[in-house]
Amino acid sequence: MGILNIVTYIPLLGAVIILFFVGRENGRAIRLMATAVAVIDFLASLYLWFNFDPHGKGAAMWQFRWTIDWIPSLGVKYDFGIDGISLLLILLTTLMGVIAIVSSFTAITVRQKEYYILLLLLQTGMIGTFCALDFFLFYVFWEVMLVPMYFIIGIWGGPRRLYAAIKFFLYTLAGSVLMLLSILALYFYNDGGIPFLHIKGLGNPMTFSVLQYHNIGHLIPPSLQVWIFAGFFFGFAIKVPMFPFHTWLPDAHVEAPTAGSVILAAVLLKMGTYGFVRFALPILPDATQQWLPWIVGLSIIGIVYGALVSLVQKDMKKLVAYSSVSHLGFVMLGMFALNPMGIKGSVLQMINHGISTGALFLLVGIIYERRHTRLISEYGGLAKQMPTYATLFLIAALSSMGLPALNGFIGEFTILLGAANRSMVWAGFAALGIVLGAAYLLWLYQRVFWGPLDNPANQHLLDVNRRELITLLPLIVLMVWIGIAPGVFFDIIEEPVNYVVRKVDPQYFDRQPVNYPAAPAAAHGEVAEAR
Amino acid sequence: MKWSDAVFMLPEIVLTIGASLLLVAPVLGKGWAQRWAKWVMLGVLAVTAITLVICSNAVVNLTQTRGFGQMFALDAFSIFFKLLFIVVIAMIALLSEDFLRESRYSTWEYYSLMAFALLGMMFMASGVHLISIYIGLELMSLSSYILAGYFKDEQKSTEAAMKYFVLGAVSSAILLYGISLIYGVCGSLNLLDIDKAMSTLITNDALMIGIMMLGAGLCFKVAAVPFHVWTPDVYEGAPTPITAFLSTASKAAAFAIFARIFYVGLHHFSLDWSNILATVAALSMIVGNLAAITQDNIKRMLAYSSIGHAGYALLGIISLSSWGIQAVLIYTLVYLFANTGIWATVMMMRRHTYAGEQVNDFDGLHKRAPLWAFAMVIFLLSLGGIPPTAGFIGKYYLFAAAVQAGFGWLAIIAVLMSAVSMFFYFRIVVAMYLRDGVEADVSSSGALKFVAAVCLIVTLVLGVLPTPLINQAVSSSGWIAMRAAMTPDARR
Repeated sequence: MGILNIVTYIPLLGAVIILFFVGRENGRAIRLMATAVAVIDFLASLYLWFNFDPHGKGAAMWQFRWTIDWIPSLGVKYDFGIDGISLLLILLTTLMGVIAIVSSFTAITVRQKEYYILLLLLQTGMIGTFCALDFFLFYVFWEVMLVPMYFIIGIWGGPRRLYAAIKFFLYTLAGSVLMLLSILALYFYNDGGIPFLHIKGLGNPMTFSVLQYHNIGHLIPPSLQVWIFAGFFFGFAIKVPMFPFHTWLPDAHVEAPTAGSVILAAVLLKMGTYGFVRFALPILPDATQQWLPWIVGLSIIGIVYGALVSLVQKDMKKLVAYSSVSHLGFVMLGMFALNPMGIKGSVLQMINHGISTGALFLLVGIIYERRHTRLISEYGGLAKQMPTYATLFLIAALSSMGLPALNGFIGEFTILLGAANRSMVWAGFAALGIVLGAAYLLWLYQRVFWGPLDNPANQHLLDVNRRELITLLPLIVLMVWIGIAPGVFFDIIEEPVNYVVRKVDPQYFDRQPVNYPAAPAAAHGEVAEAR
Repeated sequence: MKWSDAVFMLPEIVLTIGASLLLVAPVLGKGWAQRWAKWVMLGVLAVTAITLVICSNAVVNLTQTRGFGQMFALDAFSIFFKLLFIVVIAMIALLSEDFLRESRYSTWEYYSLMAFALLGMMFMASGVHLISIYIGLELMSLSSYILAGYFKDEQKSTEAAMKYFVLGAVSSAILLYGISLIYGVCGSLNLLDIDKAMSTLITNDALMIGIMMLGAGLCFKVAAVPFHVWTPDVYEGAPTPITAFLSTASKAAAFAIFARIFYVGLHHFSLDWSNILATVAALSMIVGNLAAITQDNIKRMLAYSSIGHAGYALLGIISLSSWGIQAVLIYTLVYLFANTGIWATVMMMRRHTYAGEQVNDFDGLHKRAPLWAFAMVIFLLSLGGIPPTAGFIGKYYLFAAAVQAGFGWLAIIAVLMSAVSMFFYFRIVVAMYLRDGVEADVSSSGALKFVAAVCLIVTLVLGVLPTPLINQAVSSSGWIAMRAAMTPDARR
């Protein structure tokens, strides 16, 4: 049966059960059922965590493989398998799935049945995307994800939800259909080529296997690689989102219900960076080198621009949304340093961003549920009224800005190391981004939580309740865990990252015979901070 | 011609008898004919389909696929399309039932006209001779002109029929003129002889004009830009089941001959026509999908969307490869089922005080009829080419064909326009799910439900397990694909 199938389809099964066996009016049963399904799915994904072998090399790096023919006449296989990068992202997805569902208990009051069904369907799509090792299958899951998210924003969103939902949908769709063309180009190159353009193929049997593409990618002439990369770039960069393609993000985040924002920030944005690290980099090494200056340039613009725009936001949710643009810029910058340090940091930072930004969206959602406004100017002095809430918010903000001993620091510092290894200028801009990050988050914190509690509407706010605490605590624990002992996470992604580096820059390890020890970042980081 | 050739045409002969019987049915009493015409029609279709299957087996055993002096082929390609036509016409006959009951026009004439249209379509699918193709086309067109104006007291319907007839007649004339020019140059009207003659010809003006006129006539029938202007008006004005017929069956038949003529007859000159057709395809996709955005009337919106879909399907013709012809077959089938499902939904809306023709008539449908709304979403996703619906497989094949044939720019336009198309398809989804509508009961007849269920099942099953369809398309297009593959590479 394959444990990956179980993890992927439990939510789908749960959605079907809710659809047919739970009454529309029975909100409590729907919520309990959805929560149970998500928790079971999370437990199933923990099985992956405990049975994953981080030291598998070569073919053994892809674990829990499950392959059958799907459309033999096209060479399409149903091929599931994960490496360390996918493992972490799947765990993030299943955890966020539980949190998103639990956090919606009181926020969603209308059409509950459809809401939880869609959340579960979305989860199946997301997990499938991370599991797929066949490009066709990947594309199917990638698109399947769009529809539930569209409805979640469109039905339960804020006042401009229709606009935000269709914008999200069209942006992503436009990118992904261009990606489809690139997939087709790879497919034909591997097979018979494109005779009309005098492109001779390799004559291999038709396949969409990603691993096969990893092996033949470097054989593609650079002039063609650049175009194939362009398709991938549009598909993934829109999803990341990188600087000029980011405009759907603030709209979607601001209008989406809290759980939608959490999923969007924590998982959907990672699809883009995951796509780069899984497909674009290893398959198209030459094109990566050629596109590198542009992507790094856009990432740096994204880092600084996102941070500056965050500074001037009046709406808390929008501020967090723009901070995502900045943080994802970091992820891209680290990845395109094309050295193990940078990519490792970038992968870890994907997880970190999911945790801290997810937590920030949850926190903003909590206060929004009480006051129905997200304007910063409406608040002030909340620390007196809601001390627990203030503490949690502080931890999440510090994690997001990269305070040592919390997760953000590990990721950002590793990325900085990788970037500096490549160019001090990149590292300089990245450092500027960190400073600005501290500025907008601390300023936000100051305006919302300190000062006099002078708005009468705020004087009777209740502190976080037990359910809200339950949604936040796992994230806080993870922030501290990754912040203090990131070794286990670095171990898991070590081998996949080296694999990517070997694919994208085959001579890298010849030039740099020194293998980095598994988890130096924390140690180095604390020393650097102490000085 | 031998008498034994009749076996090739047996299904058509059966259908002709059936259609004629329908026409004279009132001798048994008008009330009887009015009531039973639908069942007679379905029976005729069933018998035709069975005959077709039996004959096709006989023909396979005879290994001879063309008869009547090489004019008429009963090959795998035509069998695929004929069966498809019969199924679609059967569905449209079911859709028509309530529509006819509410009106006071005779049902037997309606069904017999539809049967004659089907007869024309079957001849088109089988024709390997430009004259037999032309006659089939005219039979189909004449029947559909009348059907478009069948509700003769309704101004819109009459206007639609008039426009359709005048423009259709002009396009037929152009087509015929193109055929005569090709005859003048090649000395034959048989596609195989034309192919033989062309292999030794070099480009000349008369032939080019002939090919272009032939292409223009066909583009009119499939509603491709710039020969599309009739589409929105006719689709809007015609009775809804006839609109469904025009946008599905009639279009598919036109694509069948389009593919047969260009793959078998004209493939040697593909260098000359492929770029022109590529431009037509690009314009169809752009104009169709962009114009659909602003439509508030659902029939007009679907008309423009069908213009866009004609552009997509043309990709398969332009590619001139086995991928391309398979893409045409797969896409046609997938498109027919999704589109028929949509029309079923539109007609379900129409019958209950709602006009069912404006997008806002769909407001809040998910409350009134959750299953219909869900089915509609699936159909729309299929038209937009979003997995896991069958539409994705069709679109995937078309894009693959275009990429493989080196039409990268066209593929880019195609994928971007399919993203644009989701914008207006989702306007309906928005209306159904995201807006609140009137709280009114919607009840629909069994026939509509049955048709929608069939379309839904086909769309979903083929989306997840497309292998049978792909295998069928491969075997059905084998001969045609082989002809295209004979094009010397140097000339492409």
